[in-house]
Amino acid sequence: MGKKTRMTGARALIESLYAEKVEVMFGYPGGVLLPIYDELYDADIDHILVRHEQAAAHAADGYARATGKVGVCLATSGPGATNLVTGIANAYMDSVPIVAITGQVPRPLIGNDAFQEANITGITLPITKHNYLVTDVIDLPWIIKEAFHIASTGRQGPVLVDIPKDVTTDEIDFEYPDKVHLNGYKPVKTGHKQQIKRGAEAIIKARRPVIYVGGGIISSNASKELLEFAEIINAPVTTTLMAKGAFPDIHPLCVGMPGMHGTKYANFAIQESDLLIAIGVRFDDRVTGKVDSFAPNARIIHIDVDPAEISKNVRVDIPIVGNARSILKVLVEFISELKKSKSGTTEWIRKVEKWKQLYPLKYLMDESLKPQYIVEQINELYPDSIIVTEVGQNQMWAAQYFKYSQPRTFISSGGLGTMGFGFPAAMGAKKGRPDKVVFDIAGDGSFQMNSQELATVVKNDIPVIVAILNNGFLGMVRQWQDLFFDKRYSFTSIDNSVDFVKLAEAYGALGLRVTKPEEVGPALKEAVDSLRPTVIDFVVEREENVSPMVPAGAAINEILDLEA
Amino acid sequence: MKHTLAILVENRSGVLTRVAGLFSRRGFNIESLAVGVTDNPDISRMTIVVSGDDHVLEQVIKQLNKLIDVIRVSDFEPGETIERELAFFKVKVDKGNRSEVMQIVDVFRAQIVDVGVKSLIVGVTGTNDKIDAIEKLLRGFGILEVVRTGTVAMNRGAKTVKPGK
Ligand SMILES: Cc1ncc(C[n+]2csc(CCOP(=O)(O)OP(=O)(O)O)c2C)c(N)n1
Ligand SMILES: [Mg+2]
Repeated sequence: MGKKTRMTGARALIESLYAEKVEVMFGYPGGVLLPIYDELYDADIDHILVRHEQAAAHAADGYARATGKVGVCLATSGPGATNLVTGIANAYMDSVPIVAITGQVPRPLIGNDAFQEANITGITLPITKHNYLVTDVIDLPWIIKEAFHIASTGRQGPVLVDIPKDVTTDEIDFEYPDKVHLNGYKPVKTGHKQQIKRGAEAIIKARRPVIYVGGGIISSNASKELLEFAEIINAPVTTTLMAKGAFPDIHPLCVGMPGMHGTKYANFAIQESDLLIAIGVRFDDRVTGKVDSFAPNARIIHIDVDPAEISKNVRVDIPIVGNARSILKVLVEFISELKKSKSGTTEWIRKVEKWKQLYPLKYLMDESLKPQYIVEQINELYPDSIIVTEVGQNQMWAAQYFKYSQPRTFISSGGLGTMGFGFPAAMGAKKGRPDKVVFDIAGDGSFQMNSQELATVVKNDIPVIVAILNNGFLGMVRQWQDLFFDKRYSFTSIDNSVDFVKLAEAYGALGLRVTKPEEVGPALKEAVDSLRPTVIDFVVEREENVSPMVPAGAAINEILDLEA
Repeated sequence: MKHTLAILVENRSGVLTRVAGLFSRRGFNIESLAVGVTDNPDISRMTIVVSGDDHVLEQVIKQLNKLIDVIRVSDFEPGETIERELAFFKVKVDKGNRSEVMQIVDVFRAQIVDVGVKSLIVGVTGTNDKIDAIEKLLRGFGILEVVRTGTVAMNRGAKTVKPGK
């Protein structure tokens, strides 16, 4: 413990952020933040001034997902704070560790409907893992300590700290605590030995096992352990949208994504399996389809750090609560002791293999520019990129047609499905991983929800590439209208609404337009080689559908082919 | 099915909102809620009666445990707990029926806690059922106002609900 120094709350906040090793933050100033921004003026933190607070939250989120560190964002009271709300909800749904700091009106004014007062702790109660209103400067250091601890441990998630202006000008003898004291928060780490043993025994006996993994593998950094586990038990692995990159797409045991826009073979495998080994997943309805018909022949092992996820949507036979990585290690040990040969699942693997050959992901390639082709080209030319996505068809194609091989290289808004997430999240990812080429695979609708951040990436020289799959539609909604509403395209056409090349240029970014397949590669190269923030307007086939598809409410093996 | 939960929480502002908010957000029904400080001034204890099947109960307990300010949640086994509630009934009376009310009060070991010209306040402690029963009888005279505290509960014998575990 260092010696105490007298300082203001604003200074103490900066010192606390240093203690948490915060290098980058995303923020936007305002009246109540003036004392904090005065400290940031010459602080040793790379503060990125965004153009809308929503982008600050998404950027912190993208930074966290790309690096595994806690992302930090900062916004002023009232409208600044409420602008963060979507970003916080997004991080909450996808269990991403961010700390959101908001300014609040001075304490004597709280509750009086003061100018720019919003009860942000009340508003964010259901969308934060925890939140704090700092009522005394004495509390500031331990609250920041707890906030980072809670955000980054157990099932990760967003924590908000609301700091009244007069707390930032009050003085304390600063000392940063080295421990947290949280009676009510003790996340389970290692799994119960006996349960793991039961799991191992079930796995040995299984003839048609399927490993179904989610974001928990990525947040617990368990990819290596997963690979070993899958190979030792010789079972197919299906990775949810949140788990893209947790297991290599090109691995022979990988069956791709399950659920609504998953592969047929992943869904068939789940439906026929006799043992589903679910790890770091939450049985989301986009995965399970009709829940009563999900994996009807399987016993279920569920490994998760959050006990509340066990048997929430689907009855689980063998729950194992704890950190996925540590549990997988022990599980592999047990299995190695019990098991002699791999042969138990050979026939099953052969069957899955056959489905893979019969039902590959496919689209019809002609002279027109197909969105899937663009994703394949990005994969071909820049396979080591980080791919961030917007929401809609673009997101599904990015998940289906890029072959991910590393965790933290696919970043997408899963739980909340937030249009406008991708571009600021890509900016955050690039700040965290400047060594990587970062693409935002975007829709023309989604990009317009946060395109103002072009100013931020140009000004701060953050060279991300926005690849707009421009179909002139709110494509995913149009697809549903096509399939279920008689092609009545009610308010989903957004064609010719903006010239994206000029828009990019207006902000000082590079703007490119591509209309033919043969122009795709050269445009991608030009963008990457330019080292500049770039927007590529890929003018694609307007009415391409995402295929295959499980209609809402159907069982996941009732999966339709939609390609033209 | 009704379940009684004892919840130990940090005695901080906003805790009640967090707990109550969780119930409404997740669609769990609160039948009654009572809260007060414990022997440790930093810790409050809530007694919440919820209705729902075992699956609902399991989710309620797990979700409560996820709240950072919740230190411990304990589900009481029916039959192994003492449960009591306090209620006041303001009853309309006149010269004619005052003594009849007194009789009911006696039978239920309740108390007259206030006497007015046209009304009495009956105070009664007991289980839910007992309070429901006396209410039913008093209704005949005309009840002007009712207030109930909600159930509080404690394990019989030496077993305790303490933050330790
Ligand atoms: C903020 C927000 N508003 C509305 C929606 C509903 N929604 C889901 S996908 C979609 C269309 C997205 O259009 P675009 O970004 O062009 O992507 P495309 O599907 O065409 O690839 C809409 C409106 C959403 N997910 N998020
Ligand atoms: Mg579109």
